[in-house]
Amino acid sequence: MLLWTRWGRLSTWGFAALLFAAVYGLPVAMIALASVSGQWNGILPSHLTFAHYARIVHSESLAQLRVSVLTGALASAAALVSGTWAALALRQIRGARRRVLDIAFFVPSAVPSVSIGLGLLVAFSQRPLLLNGTAAIVFVAHFLLISAFTYGNVTAGLARVAPEYGEVAQSLGARPLYALWRVTLPLVAPYLLAAFSLSFALSMGELGATLMIYPPGWVTLPVGIFALSDRGAIFDAATLTMVLGAGTLLVLLALSRLSNRAALR
Amino acid sequence: MADLVITPPASSGPARAADWRALWIAPPLLVLAALFFYPLVLIAMQAFTSDAHTFTLDNFATVLHSRQFLSGLYHTISIAVLASSGCLVLGFVFSLVIAFVPFPGARLVGRLIDTFISLPTFLVALAFTFVYGSAGILNQSLMTAFHLTMPPVDFLYSQWGVVLSEVTVYTPFIMRPLLACFSQIETSQIEIASSLGARPLGIVRKIILPAALPALLAGGSLCLLLTVNEFGIVLFIGAKDVITLPMLIYDKAIQEFDYPTACVIAVINIALSLGLYGCYRAVVSLCGGRRAALD
Repeated sequence: MLLWTRWGRLSTWGFAALLFAAVYGLPVAMIALASVSGQWNGILPSHLTFAHYARIVHSESLAQLRVSVLTGALASAAALVSGTWAALALRQIRGARRRVLDIAFFVPSAVPSVSIGLGLLVAFSQRPLLLNGTAAIVFVAHFLLISAFTYGNVTAGLARVAPEYGEVAQSLGARPLYALWRVTLPLVAPYLLAAFSLSFALSMGELGATLMIYPPGWVTLPVGIFALSDRGAIFDAATLTMVLGAGTLLVLLALSRLSNRAALR
Repeated sequence: MADLVITPPASSGPARAADWRALWIAPPLLVLAALFFYPLVLIAMQAFTSDAHTFTLDNFATVLHSRQFLSGLYHTISIAVLASSGCLVLGFVFSLVIAFVPFPGARLVGRLIDTFISLPTFLVALAFTFVYGSAGILNQSLMTAFHLTMPPVDFLYSQWGVVLSEVTVYTPFIMRPLLACFSQIETSQIEIASSLGARPLGIVRKIILPAALPALLAGGSLCLLLTVNEFGIVLFIGAKDVITLPMLIYDKAIQEFDYPTACVIAVINIALSLGLYGCYRAVVSLCGGRRAALD
């Protein structure tokens, strides 16, 4: 407790609440209001409507949502496998080699997403691997952008689980794969789930790299939202942003409940 | 003698096994090399070669002399510095209140702010159109209240609109390490200081701020990295004279199909980011502080 006077506490809270409302409350409230507003010419919309939401169902936005969810789920799953594999394998390595490899797996998160998109565009528009114009290049971009986060989360989780558990299992006669599957992985399961949900959320909101490389047949929701807002359809854009944000939060909530249950076990 | 013969194989056995086990790193490393490092090398090659396929620095000379690039570099750095400073101040104030002037539901508010990390960054930029835009709620209210014909608040489509959006989006990245750090400060230390007559501001300056310095540095350098690379917010605000390096790369590659120039700018942008990332890693390992949200 830093402040002892009642007046000091109350005025601090008032100030913080005002700041919070101005910085976080107002923007979210406005975008939510915009998504249900019919006409907005004055200070507040003249009437409220769910027409924007109804229109989503009959437009290409629904397909874009499907593309986003599919891309996010697949890229996150791939990043989870590769990140977990790398984190587990790096446990066997010590010294300078480990530090260099650790940085190598983290570095994709430090490179701007637009540059990653440009690199993929340059590298995979030519032989030996022609990916430009296919949905695969979008998966690759999302995988790269989230792989470092997944690797970091799994490494942090593994650091909290003593390697002895797996070794004891092996000394009791368990094969390495069995010890990994039945002992080590269940112990880090909450971290794996947390890693998956964070990377899924990041992938759902990714714009920079996707805008560089998306093929006509694979438009993600953020790209669709940008197209709408660029055309001036900002109310539809706000509605889709609400859908995107609420959907992401719902998935995160569900996964975190799952992860709590895994932690209790 | 027999011992000597027997010992070497016994000791090299586990060592060789460890070497063999180290090979498990190969598959994810190969994936990373093919999908990440190979494209980066191609960007660099494209930036450093001329039309005649020889090594050249001409591309760099042209770009470095163009006003567009210099203004982009200036905007990128000034926006990143301003936004990160804003994040530091706002994050420090919020964390201070949540940790040391707690109120019922303080944790919940902290977690609410934290969810902003997982939301798309352009959400805030879009929302600001409805708040501070020329037809937004603030301008409409002011125009009605004071019978104005022109919107009086006009900062959104400038550098400041981008800065304010980035502050909103990236403040949680400061609060995460800061709240973790605050939870380790002994509350008795603060109580004793205040019972000895120290004023709240003095306690913040003399006890809390020094303890929070590693977390502030780590969070601040992470914010610098993220704001230098931010693209969605700048794109959605869409101010014509606010061009940052990622925007410039996008414009050159996608709108003008000028890949050599885009690659040169990308090389510079990547170098800048990697430098900031190096700073961040150095701060984290030097201070031994908790890692911020990036890893």
